[in-house]
This record gives sequence, structure tokens and C-alpha cells, in this order.
Amino acid sequence: MTSEQNDNEQMVELRGIRKSFGDLEVVKGIDLNIAKGEFFSLLGPSGCGKTTLLRMIAGLETPDDGTIVISQQSMNGVDANKRPTNMVFQSYAIFPHLNVGENVAYGLIKQRLPKAEIRQRVDAMLKMVDLDGYYNRPSYALSGGQRQRVALARALILEPKVLLLDEPLSALDKKLREQMQDELRRIQRTLGITFILVTHDQEEALIMSDRIAVMFDGNIAQLGTPKEIYDKPLSKRVASFIGVMNFLKGKCVGETKTDIKVEVATLGQVSFSRDLVPEGVSLDHLNIGFRPEMFTVLYDKKEKAENTFMSEVKNVDYYGDMTYYTLALPNSDMDITVSMRNTSGRYVYGLGEAIRVGWRSSSLLILN
Amino acid sequence: MKKPPLLLFSFVIIYLVFLYAPIMLLPIFAFNDSSIIAFPLSGFTVDWFVGLMGENTLHRALKNSLIIAITAAVISTCFGILTARAMARHNFLGKRPSFGLIMAPLFLPEIIIGVALLIVLIQLGISLNIWTVILGHILICTPFSVSILYSAFNNMDKSIEEASLDLGETRFGTFRRVIFPLVKPGVIASLLICFTISLDEFVIAFFLTGVEPTLPVYIWAQLRFPSKLPSIMALGFILLLLSLILLAIFEYYRRRSETLIGNQPS
Repeated sequence: MTSEQNDNEQMVELRGIRKSFGDLEVVKGIDLNIAKGEFFSLLGPSGCGKTTLLRMIAGLETPDDGTIVISQQSMNGVDANKRPTNMVFQSYAIFPHLNVGENVAYGLIKQRLPKAEIRQRVDAMLKMVDLDGYYNRPSYALSGGQRQRVALARALILEPKVLLLDEPLSALDKKLREQMQDELRRIQRTLGITFILVTHDQEEALIMSDRIAVMFDGNIAQLGTPKEIYDKPLSKRVASFIGVMNFLKGKCVGETKTDIKVEVATLGQVSFSRDLVPEGVSLDHLNIGFRPEMFTVLYDKKEKAENTFMSEVKNVDYYGDMTYYTLALPNSDMDITVSMRNTSGRYVYGLGEAIRVGWRSSSLLILN
Repeated sequence: MKKPPLLLFSFVIIYLVFLYAPIMLLPIFAFNDSSIIAFPLSGFTVDWFVGLMGENTLHRALKNSLIIAITAAVISTCFGILTARAMARHNFLGKRPSFGLIMAPLFLPEIIIGVALLIVLIQLGISLNIWTVILGHILICTPFSVSILYSAFNNMDKSIEEASLDLGETRFGTFRRVIFPLVKPGVIASLLICFTISLDEFVIAFFLTGVEPTLPVYIWAQLRFPSKLPSIMALGFILLLLSLILLAIFEYYRRRSETLIGNQPS
């Protein structure tokens, strides 16, 4: 693939985007390409600049510096109402004086389309978001989930090249949120529109996205597929933001051409491939990360594992499908979290019980 | 239901009597068949109302008052919309001081405003007429309009306007299709309250009116003639009914404004 073809695949290109509010720089020079048809997430804690970035793509904020290109067209000086983007707002921003159908038809009425065509397209769109027959429903009579669907329909009916979603699911309860996650994904696949989702919910980003940009303090800390972000977080900060992560100290005690030998605090010495060590890491002060599921509780004394240690259960969080144990590290006052799937008949340890845990050297992560 | 304590109950009764009994005298004497305002009543008549029909000066005063009230209400409400919008949405240098200056007439004694305006107008060599009264009334009506409309503009979710822009509508189209419909009940409430204030206002009108009196100034002038008193009672009764109707409409729109704006999830 030549680079020119590659460029044509891009739907949104951000080049050196900066934005300050007063003295506070909230977006600090972001470069990012988002491909056509991609479900892309901007993930980060509140105040990391993700919403500001989304609003700049929509044209609701103007970057202090940098260029936004959408579908090969520079958006410099193009107002929000002229951009090929539409947005689902966090508060949904349903027009309270209009009913469901009028809300959805809002953008089409501006385009002065024939009434019959508008009605037909609105009905089709309502059907798509599962609000068939809601045309005349007043907007105040809608539940949170229904408002969300109206906001979605209102944006999608204009057939935008990019749909922007600002924390669209944060106001919904857990069940409804999960249902809407599936539905958004289904709609995105059906229409093939580029979706850019802003969220602080790492689980939501992992489930829904093709790619995720993790943002901290106005910068992109890591960009990758959900699996890359979860399995290979580049920094301690990304690792602790995405999922649960145990952090241990370590230091290199020996090297060969292909492997290094690391003393992991209180768990002992292990060897592993140099490939797992990111560049620029000080070998004397290693930050080592372990996901809770990388540990295995050994129920049977005869069960073997590459490395093992004995511990005591300090806390049990029982989730039904999973159990999270807080365990004391041997010869240390630090704790680690270990998770086990509760397969049928599997024993759940109680407080204070002795427990044997196994782990593999290759599952640990060296972090920046 | 629990019986209210005796003390509280009697307080309420005394309060209501004190507040409304004098007003109740208006219809009583307006229909009383005697030119002397005193009990006992002599009989029922509508003569005083019929008499009002023939008073040409009264008709002129009424016409002046209506012109002044409608003009002042419309202009004050336009100012109110612009001010409230600016206060609710924009930050600019001198925002607080200018807001204070706009609201100040609410707290200044009307007689001070009236005298001050009179001195300025005379110094400028402007002759007193209907327009000078309108000027004074705009000054005192605008603060009311601003305070009614400010809450309407301020409570409106900003993302509603952004959604309209995002859906392809222009700024003017957004005002026409979204902002104005949402603040419309507030605008109507403002028009009504400004109209009522201007119609009732006496002090400023008294100072700034030229040879063309407004209705309150006319009434005041008529009070010098005891024989006119029953007609004034009749006129007062008509004005009372009119005020009640306007107040009811105002309250209806004020509440509608609140429900409309209040419906958005925050």
C-alpha cells in the first residue's frame, strides 16, 4: 500500500492541535489519524482534554493551533453547522419544545426537503433506533434511554461522515448501558460511519472500540487496539487506568544476550526475554505490572506452576462469576489482587485462609 | 386535616382584611346610587359607568396610557432580551457594573428618577410629551424584564444551542427555532408585567407628562372634585379587573416558562 492510498483511508486527521482556556492548556499538541469506518475512542479521566478535542472536531471550539482535516478537507474556519460531523451530547440536548419526530427532523427541515420525504426518513430512522411509533411523543415524556436514542437518531439522520459521541452512556444505568453499547456497535457496523466516542469508562472503550487513544493531561499517552492497550500498557499510568493492575518493584540481577534475570520484590527471581523490556527503562528500578487474572490459585497441592508462593487471604470480593482475593505478599506489608473465575464447584476461600498461588514469568509486564 | 393554631389563623384573617377590604370598597361604591362615599348605601346603579363613557378627557388619558404602556413594554422587553442574553451567555469587561446600573432603577425612589429626568429634559430643551413618559417608563420597566428573562436564558442548557448549530442550523436560525420558542413564555410574561407597571405608574408620569395626562394622572386630577369620586370608583373597579386578568395571564406564562426550561435533564 502506498502512502497516498493510506492517506485516502483517513477520515479525520488532527495535526498539532492545541487549545488553552485562560492559562490552562487542556490540549497540548495532538496528532492523530482516524480511519474511515473506524469506531475510535478517546479515553481518559475527567479534565484530560478529551471532550475539548471532540468539540474542536465538531467545530464547537476553535483550536489555538493546528489543523483539523475531515475527509481531506481542512476544517479551519468552517463553522459547526457546515461540518460533515454530528454529535450526540452528554446531556442529549433534546429540544424540549419539540416532540420526538420534530427533534429527529430538525436538521432535515433546515435543508428544506419535501415534507413527505422528511417524514419517511424520520420514520425509518426511528425504526432503526427502536423508537417505532414514537413520532408524536412529547420529549418530556421520554426516559433516559429513549432520549439517548432520539439524540442518536437526530444526528444519524443527517448521514454525517463522522458521528461524535460525548459520554453518551454515562447517564444510563448499568443494564441499559450495556444494551446501548451493543446497539451502538450494531448501528456503527450497519452504517459504516466513523464513530468517535469520548468516555472515561475503560470497560466501555474496550468493548466498543476498534482503537483507543488513552489521554492524560492533554496528551495521548497510548494509542492502540483494545487488546494492545490492555495487554501492553506502555506506562504505569495507562496500566492503572485500564483495568486492575498490581504493581511490584523489581531490579535486574543478571543479563544474557537474549534474556534478563529480574528480582521481583518478594516473589523471587525470574528470567524472561529482553523483548518484553521497553526502551529507556532503568534496569535497576523496574516497575512491574501483574493483572489479577495472570495469577492462578492452586487448589490442589500437586498442581504445578512455573513460580509459586504461599499467602494468606486478607479480603474477598465475591462478584458471582468472579472472585477477587486481596492477598498479603510474602514477607511484605504490600497486598496484591488475584482474580479467579468461579467455575462450577470451585472452592471460594474465606478470610485468613492459607492460599497457594502460581504465576508465569512471561505474564508480567515491564512498565515505564 | 389539622386545625391551624388560633393565633396564626387570626393573623391571616386580619392580614387579608387589611389588604383587601379597601379594595372591596371599590365595587361597592362604584355601584352605589349616591355621590357621597359613605355608608349606608343608598341603592344600586350603573350610572357611574355610563357616565365614564361620555368623559372625553378620560378617553384621551386612556389612549395616552395605552400608547405609553404598549410602547414601553415592547421596548423594555427588547432591551430585556438583549441584556438577559448577554448576562447569561457572555463574559465581558464591566459586566457586573453594567448589570448593577441596569437594575438600579428597581431600588431608586421613583420621585428621584422623575425629578432627575425632568431636570435633564428641561436642560436639553426637550418638550414634555408622551415620548418623555415612555422614556421614563422604559427606565423602570427594563429591570423587571431583565430579571424575568435572565432566569429563562440562564436556565437553558447551552448544549441545546450547540446541538442546533451542530445539526446544520445557522445562529439566527437557532435563535428563531430553538432559543426564542424556549424563552417565549418569559417574553410574554415580561410584556405583560411591563405593560401593567407602565399603566399603573403615577410619579414619573406626573413629572414627565406634558399637556396630555396618562390615566393615573387623570385620576389624581379628578380627585379634587368630590362629585367625581364615584366615577373614579367605577373606573378603579374596571382597572382592578383588568389588572387581575393580566396578572393571571402573566402567572400562566411565567409557570410555562419554568416548566419548559426545567424539563431538560442536567
